[in-house]
Amino acid sequence: MNQRSSNLLDEALGLDQVIEPWPLRGQVVAIEDQVETSGSFVLHHLLKRSLSPNSSNVTIFIAFSQPFSHYDRILRKLGCNLVSQRDNSRFFFFDMLKLQCPDGDEGITPEGGLIALYGKIHKTISALPEISWKNVSIIIDDLSLMEVAANGSSDYVLDFLHYCRTLTSEFDCSLITLNHEDIYSSEDRPTFFIQMEYLADILIKAEPLATGLATDVHGQLTVSNKGRNKVSNFHFKVKENVVECFYPGRS
Amino acid sequence: MAESTYRALRDGALEGELAPALTIKDSVASPFALQVFSHVISQLFSSILAGKSQSRGLVVVSFSRSPSFYLDLLKNKGTDVASSNKQIQILDCYSDPLGWKDQLAGSRNFTALSNEALVSSNAIVFREVKHMDKLYNSIIELGKGLVRGGKIRFSIAIDSADEMLRHAPVSSVARLLSNLRSHDHISSIFWLLHSDLHEARVTAVLEYLSSIVASLEPSHQLANGQRGDLENFSLIKHNSKKGKFHVRFKKRNGRVRVMSEEVHIEQSGINFTSLPSEGAINQGLVPKVQFSLQLSEKERIDKANVVLPFEHQGNGKPIQIYDGRRSLVDSKHERPVAAVENVQTNENCGSGEIIYYRDSDDEMPDSDEDPDDDLDI
Repeated sequence: MNQRSSNLLDEALGLDQVIEPWPLRGQVVAIEDQVETSGSFVLHHLLKRSLSPNSSNVTIFIAFSQPFSHYDRILRKLGCNLVSQRDNSRFFFFDMLKLQCPDGDEGITPEGGLIALYGKIHKTISALPEISWKNVSIIIDDLSLMEVAANGSSDYVLDFLHYCRTLTSEFDCSLITLNHEDIYSSEDRPTFFIQMEYLADILIKAEPLATGLATDVHGQLTVSNKGRNKVSNFHFKVKENVVECFYPGRS
Repeated sequence: MAESTYRALRDGALEGELAPALTIKDSVASPFALQVFSHVISQLFSSILAGKSQSRGLVVVSFSRSPSFYLDLLKNKGTDVASSNKQIQILDCYSDPLGWKDQLAGSRNFTALSNEALVSSNAIVFREVKHMDKLYNSIIELGKGLVRGGKIRFSIAIDSADEMLRHAPVSSVARLLSNLRSHDHISSIFWLLHSDLHEARVTAVLEYLSSIVASLEPSHQLANGQRGDLENFSLIKHNSKKGKFHVRFKKRNGRVRVMSEEVHIEQSGINFTSLPSEGAINQGLVPKVQFSLQLSEKERIDKANVVLPFEHQGNGKPIQIYDGRRSLVDSKHERPVAAVENVQTNENCGSGEIIYYRDSDDEMPDSDEDPDDDLDI
């Protein structure tokens, strides 16, 4: 049941076929959402796929938004046990909710801030056997909160994201981020937001329908896969245990 | 036309002049600057290897991609990069631009990998991207090492100017680019720019520094940015594979040449084709009003057949000067009236003609000479 209904999303991302080695390796996936259409479900879906028993993927989850218990509860409904994955060293949870970067120098010291976080991620991946490196996914939830933690310095966050990107080249791992479009829509030039669009190899946008609210459809997803030069668009409905994706007109 | 862009880079700089500089500019709506940039790099490098260009080496200053991206790119185009490390060098501003890895290694919280990608005969890691003057020195040093001094020149490719602008103020970046252009050893220089990441004035500064500006625009403009409906989605899909490529050349004699092409993005690379015919575009631009703004075939032939009444060319009749004191009726009796039919008119077509009487003798008669001819520019 799960397989079938999420197929459109998996198909658009190349996850519908074999997932070992991880099809998203070496790529940056940027998820963009709005208040009306939260894109967290995409994050949860990717997390679930990444921790599938069919693969040997390792996920490093960097949480600025919610504590571990929140994700544990949601993934349990999707059929994935984060606690046991964590115990098996397939899931590393970095709780950054209390991170406050030192003022002024914006984290020049390697002890604190985003430089240290980068160091920690690098250390975690290096500690894994080399064969597993390309099966590592780094998930960040979410970038706007990281910016808050960095005292509003989007430059610092962009530097950090750049270094995370070097990880994708160095280890061939994947980087998945979530950001909120409407936070930046009031700016004349939402530089930080647009930067992510340029950085991303795959861009997933969750938006409301042009026609407004509906009971059967929660919103639409547009997946732009630059590597495959393919753009897909379909509707989705988030249910308790699953997300249904379908082309317009077929609920 | 994309060819003439790369040709300008290939031909390089004249003695005592600034090196040609190209800005490749795009926006999120048509984010193909990287593909164009890669295309230009591979074309230029092929001509460097073949000895067909003024420059004998290429320095790639890479902020956004790893050095292996460019080496693989050239390898895929059939270049034997391994043996050509004397002709290409990459200043690696990607792997550790701010020196974080060094700092972390220092605090022993970090085990730097002995990464083969970082240590390569083609790439040198640069760790101080906030310092434009050090960057400048490193670029020059790398390039000089490549061509080994003398009068030989090298070319520079920068990926991308956005990263430089993020790390340093626009004045420093402008100074760096300007200094590079004026350097004796630089043959040509080109860079990538995402216009929507900067204020208009910043983009303008970089455009002023360029002799060629290539901009990428979407084939179809989206309606008010909303991706809501199906129609918009099909435009988005269209725009992801195609775009318009406009190039503005500033020539040495001061003239500006503007050209446009269509660019197609494929898995294997990009293709340039000429834009769909001008007529097709113009048809669409003619506003729909109640009067006829177009000429029919017959009307066009008639128009072409009307002989213009230039007096100096003569039409076999005496030149008449209109004498305002007499009415035309009177003058008919006194002087032979200018024949209504022009002897040069083709008798088959309609009787379109222009009858012109010069007002007075004070007016200069028409002449074939261009009055500006005696100007000494």
